[in-house]
Amino acid sequence: MAYVARKIPFVGTVDTNPETKPFFEGAAAGKLMIRRCTSCKKAHWYPRALCPFCFGDCDWEQASGKAKIYTFSVMERANPPYAIGYVTLAEGPSVLTNFVDCDFKALKIGQDVKVAFIQTEGEGPSLPFFTPA
Amino acid sequence: MSLRGAAYIVGAWEHPTRKAPDKSIAMLHAECAKGALADAGLTKDDVDGYFCAGDAPGALGPLSMVDYMNLKCRHVDSTDVGGSSYQVAVGHAMEAIAAGRCNVALITLSGRPRSEGQATGTAPRPGNPAAPEMQFEFPYGPATANLYGMCAMRHMHEYGTTSEQLAWIKVAASHHAQYNPNAMLRDVVTVEDVVNSPMVSSPLHRLDCCVISDGGGALVLTKPEIAKSLNRPKVKVIGVGESPKHQMGGEVDLTYTAARWSGPPAWEMAGIKPSDIKYASIYDSFTITVLMQLEDLGFCKKGEGGKFVADGNLISGVGKLPFNTDGGGLCSNHPANRGGITKIIEAVRQLRGEAHPAVQVPNCDLAIAHGTGGALGTRHCGSTVILERE
Repeated sequence: MAYVARKIPFVGTVDTNPETKPFFEGAAAGKLMIRRCTSCKKAHWYPRALCPFCFGDCDWEQASGKAKIYTFSVMERANPPYAIGYVTLAEGPSVLTNFVDCDFKALKIGQDVKVAFIQTEGEGPSLPFFTPA
Repeated sequence: MSLRGAAYIVGAWEHPTRKAPDKSIAMLHAECAKGALADAGLTKDDVDGYFCAGDAPGALGPLSMVDYMNLKCRHVDSTDVGGSSYQVAVGHAMEAIAAGRCNVALITLSGRPRSEGQATGTAPRPGNPAAPEMQFEFPYGPATANLYGMCAMRHMHEYGTTSEQLAWIKVAASHHAQYNPNAMLRDVVTVEDVVNSPMVSSPLHRLDCCVISDGGGALVLTKPEIAKSLNRPKVKVIGVGESPKHQMGGEVDLTYTAARWSGPPAWEMAGIKPSDIKYASIYDSFTITVLMQLEDLGFCKKGEGGKFVADGNLISGVGKLPFNTDGGGLCSNHPANRGGITKIIEAVRQLRGEAHPAVQVPNCDLAIAHGTGGALGTRHCGSTVILERE
């Protein structure tokens, strides 16, 4: 089945939560920015000011964009259908996303994927999506 | 001090409607309150504690509904954890009663998503963008069905669970629903019917999903002294537990539910084990929800839920663990998209011996009613209530 892209909605603006503005600035430049704790050194998702593991301070870093599919589900009732899933980043955290530019029937748990950026509708910010590596 | 037995459920009433275009949500709440109080043999003036959740209309928790029903309360609580809120409310009501904060606690749930044409499970619902996860999730289309579909997909991957095994859960619910005149879906279905129904969000088919219905229900809890004075069978609350589970900072594990954490304190308080349970009400937003909760509550080993539910093991009179004998959310109703309270109501019917004779469990003295609210694929709450007929 040929892949049909869906329009990607967004709520609020990149200024809604000042805490995560650098994430959207990175995405606009094609960089997947994640947060890593300066105390416990663990990366987390979604990005937060304080580390969700130890409440330590965090820095932004650019993730490699390499990941593996943890799970997925194809919403066949939608028009066009779309594939939601979690990918586990090479850096550790698992991230909710969609799989794009691919045959949904061929998706497999454990499959290698890589990041791709797509702009949300209505001149909204770009966001990270994943596609087979 | 253990709270075991500090409160009794003396009133339980389920609204018979499944489609209520001519009723307001507040009206449905009040009708349920009236029904549960009449069931208990109490009046509106006896209520001094009110418990509700996010389905109650009005912006400020319980305030609109205590005004509408003109209740004079000493204690209110509107903890909202979706469909699991009502098991949580039973626990909180028991705590409030034990602490002397109220004597008669009323819990209500009502809603009309069916009349309002809500595509509950397949259309993502945008929320407040200030919710910290919203901008990182809503763009990806998290409708309810695909959040549970992701759990089913991972469970199948790790444990070899099959669509046919999941289908048995719906088959069992349909066997029970044929005896419930109020159930939305009363036709008995087969495993083939389920796996051949249209895919909604893989691997969940249409018949793996619960119904969308209007309606509601209410419960009345009180302290032992008052319960003993009422002319109703005594249903004692002997165990409660509640716990949220979420994405854990990115350490996502979708193979288990919050029941893994809400169950143990409930079992410990009750002083019983899963094999003692005669009847189980298990939240059934989807078939996978039931399977994972049964594992996490300890009815079978992790990963063996598929084998446990197969071959009619959940059918009353056939299997070892009769479940959702009213037809549950899969066949009867899911008022306000929240199935917690109807789980407790059917457990009370079973313990009183007031379930339909065709599905009544003989000598039913111990029952569990477990709720899940939110979405297993992102964040949810599990809440467990264990009840005993005295």
